[in-house]
Amino acid sequence: MNVIVDAGKCCGAGQCVLLAPDVFDQNEDDGIVVLLDATPPEALRAAVREAAEVCPAAAITVEERP
Amino acid sequence: MTDIQDYPFAAPAALEPPGEWAELRERCPVAHVRLASGDEALLLTRYDDVKELLSDARFTHHLVAEDAASITANESGGVFASGDGASVRGDAHREWRKLIGKAFTARRVSALQPGIEATARRLVDDMVERGGPADLVAALGFPLPVWVICELLGVPDSDRDRFAYWSDTLLSLTRYTQEEIDAAQAEFAAYMRDHVAARRATPGDDLISELITLVGALDGRVTEEVVLMTAKGLLVAGHETTANMIGKMVAMLLADRSRWERIVADPSLVRTAVEECLRYDANFGFGIPRYISEDVEIGGTTLAKGSTVVCSLSAANRDESAFEDAAGMDLTRSPNPHLIFGAGPYACLGQSLARTELQTVLKVLVERLPTLALAVPAADLRRREGLLVGGLERVPVTW
Repeated sequence: MNVIVDAGKCCGAGQCVLLAPDVFDQNEDDGIVVLLDATPPEALRAAVREAAEVCPAAAITVEERP
Repeated sequence: MTDIQDYPFAAPAALEPPGEWAELRERCPVAHVRLASGDEALLLTRYDDVKELLSDARFTHHLVAEDAASITANESGGVFASGDGASVRGDAHREWRKLIGKAFTARRVSALQPGIEATARRLVDDMVERGGPADLVAALGFPLPVWVICELLGVPDSDRDRFAYWSDTLLSLTRYTQEEIDAAQAEFAAYMRDHVAARRATPGDDLISELITLVGALDGRVTEEVVLMTAKGLLVAGHETTANMIGKMVAMLLADRSRWERIVADPSLVRTAVEECLRYDANFGFGIPRYISEDVEIGGTTLAKGSTVVCSLSAANRDESAFEDAAGMDLTRSPNPHLIFGAGPYACLGQSLARTELQTVLKVLVERLPTLALAVPAADLRRREGLLVGGLERVPVTW
């Protein structure tokens, strides 16, 4: 899995951090998304997929690799 | 469908959706409606349409243009018509949002969680001590979010009743007269000006103190009026909505008690249950308006420049094309990309806080009062009428 975030789209809702705090964080200065782990381990992938699905700004893209 | 219906629609029972939603989603996704002011607007009810329009940064909820519809029955047109500093979009909006966003990052909100939980436990203990049946809205729903907002703003929670009244008047659709609204707003502004002055003299570790520091440092980029407007925004967005949702959430879960029992048996369902209650809420209120400043095509229909559009978030959240068995509650639904906090660049800034409050309330209630039950039939619950944000007048419970 490869995770891509678009900080330009991010609205700082923080859903992704609540769902997968080991993969996403928010910049302390403005609340904009910070990607901590672009290739998260298997155990975190379901939460990352959910974060991408529910992101209100559609700022998270998940590329699944075989 | 060419006849113009009055909006908001009359709803059958407090927890049930109006029949118009399904009908309009099916047959008339861009419907002409008449608002409480008498003005006309367009109503969107499909998930994809609502999401697309809300995600378009060009359009905002500030109905200040000459030809924008007035939403409320009073003259000032309500909270959406204010010409204050919140009327910013594009780059200016992003700058303002960044400043406020600092206060609402998920980690900062998580740091508030222990205080929220302690307050929720205290409020539930007080309710239990007074004995049942009790009104959950008065005992827990309203006091908890006021405590949180007062905490954020750094004002004593002994002033919470005044905050609750100010918040009600700001969100009036038909409930208060223009004189009452003006008087309440003047009181609130005076209160906040005094508070800002006090914090300027003696800073605390609250949001207002932090904003004052930013105002000083940024010189001109953020004015004192923005501090006041932000306090007002927090009160409107952070109090009433969450307060009402606590009552509605508990009512929805108790209306079919097997839902409640399921969460009592497995408290790990709290998170997804809260999301499903947010999606399933049929009494969210007015919806989110957008002023169409240039022609735009939504779902194959052109919305003409100058139109006022109302996005019915709750109708969208019941759209079968977006949610499997949308008419039923599924406490394990995941992912649950409901639109109750909006979408796109103007999505609700405080959604992490709202989620944390709701999850904490539910967790505390199922732990402390597993035998909780409605003290009246669900059909007897009454909506709070005449306000932009939907809620229940009372949620009588026993345990």
